[in-house]
Amino acid sequence: MQDMTEALGLAVDLVASGDPDLVEIVGLSLQVSLSATLVACMIGLPLGALVAVTRFRGRGAVLTLMNALMGLPPVVVGLIVYLHLSRAGPLGFLGLLYTPGAMIIAQTILIAPIVAALSRQVLEDMHSEYDAQFRSLCLTRGQTIAALLWDARYPLLTVALAGFGRAVAEVGAVMIVGGNIDHLTRVMTTAIALETSKGALPMALALGIVLMALALGVNAAVQGVRSTAARYAYV
Amino acid sequence: MSDATLAFTGLGAREAAPAGPLLPLRARGLTVVLGGRALIDGLDLDLGPTGCTAIMGPNGAGKSLLLRLLHGLEAPCGGTIDWNGHAPGTAVTRRQALVFQTPVLLRRSVAANLDFVLKARRKDRSRRDAMLDHVGLAGKAAQPARLLSGGEKQRLALARALALEPEMLFLDEPTASLDPGSVQRIEAIVAEAGAAGTRVVIVTHDIGQARRLADDVVFLNRGRMAEHAPADTFFAAPSTRAARDFLDGRLVV
Repeated sequence: MQDMTEALGLAVDLVASGDPDLVEIVGLSLQVSLSATLVACMIGLPLGALVAVTRFRGRGAVLTLMNALMGLPPVVVGLIVYLHLSRAGPLGFLGLLYTPGAMIIAQTILIAPIVAALSRQVLEDMHSEYDAQFRSLCLTRGQTIAALLWDARYPLLTVALAGFGRAVAEVGAVMIVGGNIDHLTRVMTTAIALETSKGALPMALALGIVLMALALGVNAAVQGVRSTAARYAYV
Repeated sequence: MSDATLAFTGLGAREAAPAGPLLPLRARGLTVVLGGRALIDGLDLDLGPTGCTAIMGPNGAGKSLLLRLLHGLEAPCGGTIDWNGHAPGTAVTRRQALVFQTPVLLRRSVAANLDFVLKARRKDRSRRDAMLDHVGLAGKAAQPARLLSGGEKQRLALARALALEPEMLFLDEPTASLDPGSVQRIEAIVAEAGAAGTRVVIVTHDIGQARRLADDVVFLNRGRMAEHAPADTFFAAPSTRAARDFLDGRLVV
């Protein structure tokens, strides 16, 4: 217990003093996960919107698949991306393995289904409200999707934050495709795993504190966005 | 005859606009069957090029459904609709506007709601402020539309419909559950649109409103056309028992 308290004190010192190693790891984590969130939104939002406003044969199967993909195990995603990016793999020529780029790809694959499935639900609910009015106005499908995406901007922001939360907290995929290389691909979760295995608890706890603060911050942001939007009846 | 699916009718795609006036309308044998029940049952309807028609009848008579059929939001199971030689479709619907009983407003400001339709339908966007002024909402342009009162929301919906410069304006109980002041303002806007040449068809339960606005009355009962007569004639001497009971405030069965 004495060790634990001491380690916690050292961790707080590391955070408070802005330890360069800690800052570097946190910075890379944010860079990778924010990039993955951005790319996942660019893929997931239009896909979710298209499925929300379109009726086609096999739609039920597509919805089931989208929902199932939300639960993709990170290590399996990491393994699949690894197989594709390894030197013998089909995309090995890109030389992306063990780079932040590979980690962004893995996290994008992990959270794009989450963004697509959640946004599909949000947009479908809104579409059922707007549908008759939009058909009366003779909007094209493109105009309908654009209007829905804009009007659902607040709920969709919370969807994006949910995706970011999942990306920044996962360890399996980035460990496999990033390799946890110091000063290159070491992010918060992989560093926590490494430092803990080494018994270097202060650094692991310091990173844990930052990660928890980020999780708290993301949830506070979600709550703030919802409250603001509700105040203006935009949700 | 199969049941109606009451589903997407395929509006949205571009079609060439039909030339010439949109009216008269000639509907023959319109039928909508859902769950084995005829919601609209072999209905014939003729609408001339001018004036205001009130569609009346008890709850469940098929009034709103008829409006949606005419506007092209639903497809009938049987029968035909002819808009002065043109079949229903996007090109016809684009020349009309419909105001729903519960206005569907975008999650945007009052002004942005109007901007949206003006841009989507490539109308002159400089008319926005004049349109808001016309419906008495100029001072609320920047407010979130969904925070307006019920009467203000309906006036915004009306402004949005009129911004499309429709030849045919459908109104589905636009003043239901509004206070008398709001009803009066909306009726004044509708009357003005009618006087400017817009053909108006209004579904209403309000006998006073029908008397004030309508030139002729279509009375529906159980999905059938019970009566179609000039308003004066209808209110003075309805020819069917169902219409007499309705006007007397008795239960129509």
